[in-house]
Amino acid sequence: MSHVPVSWYLILSAILFTLGVAGFLFRRSVITVFMSIELMLNAVNLSFVAFSYQLKQVNGHIFTFFVMVVAAAEAAVGLAIILTVFKNRATLEVDEVDSMKH
Amino acid sequence: MQHLWLIPAFPLAGFLVNGLLGRRRSNAFVNLVGAGSVLLSLAWVLKTLLALGSMETAHAERYFTWIESGTVNIGFELAVDRLSAVMLLVVTGVGFLIHVYATGYMSHEGGYYRFFAYLNLFMFFMLILVLANNYLLLFVGWEGVGLCSYLLIGFYFLKHSASTAANKAFIVNRIGDFGFSLALFLMFTKFGSLDFAKVFPAAGRLPIEQEAGWLTAICLLLLVGAAGKSAQVPLYVWLPDAMEGPTPVSALIHAATMVTAGVYMVARSSALFLHAPVAMEVVALVGLLTAVLAATIGLTQYDIKKVFAYSTVSQLGYMFLALGVGAFSAGIFHVVTHAFFKALLFLGAGSVIHALGGEQDLRHMGGLRKQIPITFATLLCAAVAIAGVPPFSGFHSKDEILLAAHHHAPWMYWVGVITAAMTAFYVFRAIFLTFFGEARGHHHPHESPPSMTVPLAALALLSLGGGYLHVSKYLEPLFPAPEGAHDSMLVIISVAAGAGGIALAWLFYVVRPGLADSLATSLGGVYRLVYNKYFVDELYAAAVIRPTIEGSRAVLWRVMDAAVIDGLVNGIGARCQGLGGVLRRSQSGNIRSYAAWVVLGAVFLLWALGQPGESR
Repeated sequence: MSHVPVSWYLILSAILFTLGVAGFLFRRSVITVFMSIELMLNAVNLSFVAFSYQLKQVNGHIFTFFVMVVAAAEAAVGLAIILTVFKNRATLEVDEVDSMKH
Repeated sequence: MQHLWLIPAFPLAGFLVNGLLGRRRSNAFVNLVGAGSVLLSLAWVLKTLLALGSMETAHAERYFTWIESGTVNIGFELAVDRLSAVMLLVVTGVGFLIHVYATGYMSHEGGYYRFFAYLNLFMFFMLILVLANNYLLLFVGWEGVGLCSYLLIGFYFLKHSASTAANKAFIVNRIGDFGFSLALFLMFTKFGSLDFAKVFPAAGRLPIEQEAGWLTAICLLLLVGAAGKSAQVPLYVWLPDAMEGPTPVSALIHAATMVTAGVYMVARSSALFLHAPVAMEVVALVGLLTAVLAATIGLTQYDIKKVFAYSTVSQLGYMFLALGVGAFSAGIFHVVTHAFFKALLFLGAGSVIHALGGEQDLRHMGGLRKQIPITFATLLCAAVAIAGVPPFSGFHSKDEILLAAHHHAPWMYWVGVITAAMTAFYVFRAIFLTFFGEARGHHHPHESPPSMTVPLAALALLSLGGGYLHVSKYLEPLFPAPEGAHDSMLVIISVAAGAGGIALAWLFYVVRPGLADSLATSLGGVYRLVYNKYFVDELYAAAVIRPTIEGSRAVLWRVMDAAVIDGLVNGIGARCQGLGGVLRRSQSGNIRSYAAWVVLGAVFLLWALGQPGESR
């Protein structure tokens, strides 16, 4: 197995994270925003695993599992919220859900 | 323990009862409380003085510590010695008579209970002033009587001139009190205490200041305070205007008691003044100048109360002359006799005004001798007393003052004699214009009720016989007897001057009534100058009041208040509003803009952490 340097993983992780941020910022659909969040979480997971592999330590793996559990819970709650918002507002546009400022 | 506190407590209780409950009560109830509380006070004074006996030393009672902070320890401490005993008797005695008189004089006035409540409050503060055993407590009484004076001058507060006069009295007194408080600060810095029992011995141990030093400064500042309260040059201008108050007030506060507080205070501080001869000289000169100036103004006034007001100023000048030449006991003696005859003059004038239904102008009086005989007889007693006719009271006290003045500097004696002649002239001018000649008004005069005439009669007896109350001898343990042998020549001269004044008044206003007017016309400018009170009020208005008002308007209001303070406050408000307007936009409710801020923040943090920091 050819040796892949850890920096490549990190670069990939950074690219994925940036894509997530960009998606979060620039997309309007709640579903896409939600997916962007997942993308960011998994980008971080990737860097955790990469470090864990390089440092020969198990911590990174454990963090990754935690993140995955939290992400699953978040997906459940988040989708429920999205459903409720859609029921009440009949929209999935993020910009139209701005009543918090009042 | 003699329970000295009861002396001021009675009038205070009277003030509270009348002030809180008097409104719904009958006049008889208000009378009983108002005059009764003062009578109780007088009784307690007498009881205390009998119990204390000869009082070679002061009897002090400390009730509680009033102020304690660091080295400052000021107690609520009352004391009575021979000086305060004399003052106590005058204040409560004459005060009681005037309260009785007021029950008759004020019976038709509105705000009856209010009047008596204020009078009782005045008595309370005056007694505190006299009984205080330290300067701060004295100052409390001092300010309190000023307050009551203000309230009572402005008693007819719907009348514009009365409220203006009250303001004038209050403001002019503030100037004096400013000097007084500076004196207290300086005294505290130098002596570390304001207690009479500590300050006076400490001052006594100091060398006599031949050159002006800080002791002189203290004394001069005290004099500023005394000049304000006791209407001396240059702060006398409030007293003639204070006649806007009801006549019993003029008698009690602006003739017999409050205005002599300055004399009392200076006499009380004699230990300080004796070590500051420069200040003493200033006191004498101020007194002499006041005496002459006010007497000349008194010669020309037509308002009967104004004549007696200037006479009061002039007599207070005499008292300061006495203090200044070192004859403290003579000054206090004159306070006593003056309280008798000047209170009587004012009450008599009040009786005349009462009889004429409010007329105060001497030109509209005349020929009242027959119609109001008791008032006439008693006023005549006061007049002979103030004119210095032997053997009545004014003669004795004035004589002591003039002898002491002659011993100090003969020219002061001569100026005093001239003033005495003028005093006799203007008082008898008022008497003759009121009671002799033809009736010039269209009134139906009626004699006053007994509640007014009985106090008049009592004061008349005191005015005639008061000279034999050996006040000076009684005060000898406190003040050294004035030096100088008794010179009968000097006495004869001053008596002759008084008699001359009376004779001149008789000539001008009874024998040849037109003479005074033709003399006034021929003197022209001088007469107008004096008649208009040397234009002092106008001078003050031009030199002090108008610049103050204009300066306040142009600088303090338009610049300081409107531009600087308002500008600062409004500017801060506007800036906050602007900043808020900008910040408000960030609070859009748009989740993506919030996220953008988070990202920007993260980027900034990463950048900041990446900067090469200082090595730790």
